[in-house]
Amino acid sequence: MLIMRHELLLIAITVILLLVEIFLPAGKKSRIITPVILLMTAVMILGFIPGPTGTLFGGMYQTSALVIMFKNILNIGALIVIIQSADWLRKPENAEKISEYYILLLSTLIGMQYMVSSGDFLMFYLGLELATIPLAALAAYERFKEKSAEAGVKLIFSSALSSGILLYGLSMVYGTTGTLYFAEVGPAFIGTPLQVLGFIFFFAGMAFKISLVPFHLWTADVYEGAPINITSYLSVVSKGAAAFILTILLFTVFSKIAMLWSNVLYIIIILTITLGNLFAIRQQNLKRFLAFSSIAQAGFILLGMIGQSQYGMATVIYFILIYIFSNLGAFGVVSIISNRTGLENIDDYDGLYRTNPKLAMTMMLSLFSLAGIPPVAGFFGKFFLFAAAANHGLYILVLIAIINTIISLYYYLLVIKAMFLNRSDRAIPKLKSDFYSSLGLIICLVGIFAIGIFSTIFEVINGLSFGLY
Amino acid sequence: MSFLILFIIIPVLTSIGIFFSKTHMQVKWTAVIGMSCQLILAGTLIYLFLAARAAGNTAEILFSQDVVWYKNLNIHFFIGVDGVSVAMIGLTSIVIFAGIFASWDVTDLPREFFTSLILLAAGVFGFFISLDLFTLFLFYEIAVIPMYLLIGIWGSGPRHYSAMKLTLMLMGGSALIMLGLLGLYFNSAPNGGPLTFNLIQISKVTIPMAAQRFFFPFLFIGFGVLGALFPFHTWSPDGHASAPTAVSMLHAGVLMKLGGYGCYRVAVFLLPGAAHEMAWIFLILTTIGVVYGAFGAIWQKDLKYINAYSSVSHCALVLFAVLMMNQTAMNGAIMQMISHGIMTALFFALIGMIYGRTHTRYINEMGGLMKVMPFLAVAYVIGGLASLGLPGFSGFVAEMTVFIGSFQHNDVFHRVCTILAASSIVVTAVYILRVVGILLLGKIRNPEFNHISDAKWFDRMSVVTLILGITAIGMAPLWLSDMINNGLVPVMQRILLAGPIIH
Repeated sequence: MLIMRHELLLIAITVILLLVEIFLPAGKKSRIITPVILLMTAVMILGFIPGPTGTLFGGMYQTSALVIMFKNILNIGALIVIIQSADWLRKPENAEKISEYYILLLSTLIGMQYMVSSGDFLMFYLGLELATIPLAALAAYERFKEKSAEAGVKLIFSSALSSGILLYGLSMVYGTTGTLYFAEVGPAFIGTPLQVLGFIFFFAGMAFKISLVPFHLWTADVYEGAPINITSYLSVVSKGAAAFILTILLFTVFSKIAMLWSNVLYIIIILTITLGNLFAIRQQNLKRFLAFSSIAQAGFILLGMIGQSQYGMATVIYFILIYIFSNLGAFGVVSIISNRTGLENIDDYDGLYRTNPKLAMTMMLSLFSLAGIPPVAGFFGKFFLFAAAANHGLYILVLIAIINTIISLYYYLLVIKAMFLNRSDRAIPKLKSDFYSSLGLIICLVGIFAIGIFSTIFEVINGLSFGLY
Repeated sequence: MSFLILFIIIPVLTSIGIFFSKTHMQVKWTAVIGMSCQLILAGTLIYLFLAARAAGNTAEILFSQDVVWYKNLNIHFFIGVDGVSVAMIGLTSIVIFAGIFASWDVTDLPREFFTSLILLAAGVFGFFISLDLFTLFLFYEIAVIPMYLLIGIWGSGPRHYSAMKLTLMLMGGSALIMLGLLGLYFNSAPNGGPLTFNLIQISKVTIPMAAQRFFFPFLFIGFGVLGALFPFHTWSPDGHASAPTAVSMLHAGVLMKLGGYGCYRVAVFLLPGAAHEMAWIFLILTTIGVVYGAFGAIWQKDLKYINAYSSVSHCALVLFAVLMMNQTAMNGAIMQMISHGIMTALFFALIGMIYGRTHTRYINEMGGLMKVMPFLAVAYVIGGLASLGLPGFSGFVAEMTVFIGSFQHNDVFHRVCTILAASSIVVTAVYILRVVGILLLGKIRNPEFNHISDAKWFDRMSVVTLILGITAIGMAPLWLSDMINNGLVPVMQRILLAGPIIH
């Protein structure tokens, strides 16, 4: 029981929500917002209490200290998204569907938690699907908007396709090794041609989920159409979970063909970072902009995987943690402004600093963190990732990545330019932000500063990475 | 706890104080108080340093402190100073102090202006006291990034373009530096043992030649971008011309020195073998830079462009001297950094003040300013004379040392480079005297100029501080050059060990 405490707690909230939904009179649905946030906070804090680790269901489910910590990171990300969406949910057009929102969101979170602690491919696949399908419903949450409905459909089609590809690959893995358990597949996975083919299909499926180039084409449309809070959830929590489990699988199950996947990664990293950045430059809509920037960031995450070292594992998790805070900070600002004014283009942000200095500051610091500018945490995350890749002598790859950080700095500066440098007669008027939106942004800012300056966090992660199964 | 940490804490506290100040005056006075403390602190540091050396303390690094930061990567917060960094800290505190007074009339978003300016200074101070390459790089980036806002918001002319160009080029340079630092880190223990970013420890090991050859260009060009290494100098004229007064002062006066200091401290010091091999390539580039910058200045009509190009020329001379790799030239390089730092800050301050009164920076539209603003005009002449290397001012001492040092090489290549570079002094004289002639002497061409007033008290404060600096170095250069020489000893030892002794 206690081994699975994270999932069980979340399931408990979901069930409570289902029951409350039955008894709550229509028109009073917004009353559950605060209790849900409190409950989720409690779950997040409870997750940090040390507890037993081990395997369940004969090895289908397994946790280690590292996995538990990653679940806590996912909880933090989900909690921030939930806090940030409070204001948006209070809008009249969403008021009737509040509990659905929470139930769907928590279901995907449960799916991710099962996925990251799966011990065989079946459980992995179940978790992955549970994490994906409710997301499509969430993307189409504002179904009165054409774009939102479109986003839902695109997401469900592309994830169905990618799941199919992934399953096809898994069937080859099963066919050649005769088992689905990670612990047993690993030794048997020696890189026969069929196994390699299976791996390629599997990897392509995962690349869809993490939106790596060339499997990224669904990302921009879905991110643009979906409600902002869902977009931020998709781009941060969901992507982080998939990247984490991919790292674990590459390091354990596919460790015998490390040479092969390192080469694949090498090319994918260059493509992902470069194309993501080049497309981001051209975007006007901030959601699309952040979508492409998040494609590029996913490429950076892969830098830590290449080379298959414990240190690389630690940098991946560390970077995901920083990325959660930085990206949610940026999305938080976009979400506040979009909810109040409906404006989402970079041009609309002209002169924002003069009317809303706090929002503009938060946005700037988040973007600096994404770009990797000190003293905010992104700098440390990027530096350590580059160090992880340089550790294996991949200086050329690191150089390409570093040059890309400069390209990314360019387009992040475009937003900062709009907010700080440009002046506008039609600047967004002074917005009074509500309690939850401010709280969400403050949490992000604290995270952005604290994670870099206090080295303890990285050391804890690094220490746990050595306990990788 | 070493008191050096105060050099970072005071600016940070000052900027926090400024951020919470209510009125315009409060903002400015908080800045003044903070930076006065910094100036006093720098004075104390110089005194304590000289006292410690006089008392026979020959440790390579004084007032050092080493705190472990990221244990598993062996990243430390390691600070300490030697003669060279003490000199640079002195320079920085003088320029930032003068800069505060020079930007006394910033009215648009003053809080944000001074906060960014002082954060930038915090980055510079942090850079000069860092002895761990990781923190050194961290502070380097902290010093560069506020420039974007400072130029973009408070600048003039094509400020958005210039700010973006400057930021991207400098960050591009820092990208190269980052790769170079990673290379140093992973080659910092060729004989086994823990890898380190510690500059002093790395300077005790010999890095394999293959790695040196690969990483030296990254580090030298990376820092060289900020040091206006030809052909990566193009951000400098645009950036300086668009920047507001205090930012130009700080940027040309101090920030460009980060590049020179980095080339000297990281690239040449830590990778001396490759430096010996590749110096000729960069010597050609810097010689071109020196001459090109001087000729570039002749053609300009905008005062700020003139000074920006002259900065390119003078800063190229710094790198030129560093590449000569002998004690005298290196000493000259550091002297030149200090001298040019104060001198160019003075120029930019004066240009800002002149522009504030005449509302033009084009020399053809001005004339006879000596009659209406004698104080500023005389200060300009002093700055000009220092710039063209008149004895008695800092410029003479610095350039003399550089050329004596570089002429010690007795092969044709070095001699030719030296002669070419030295010829730039003549060109410098041409553009300085021409500007002084058109701008200050002669008749007043624009009748409106009859009504403009001379320097106010805060202008005088700024100008006098800087002129004191120039003349102090010019009249009594020995204490400074002794202090620098002291810091150069371990550097020269390593360089001479690594390569052919060229004399």
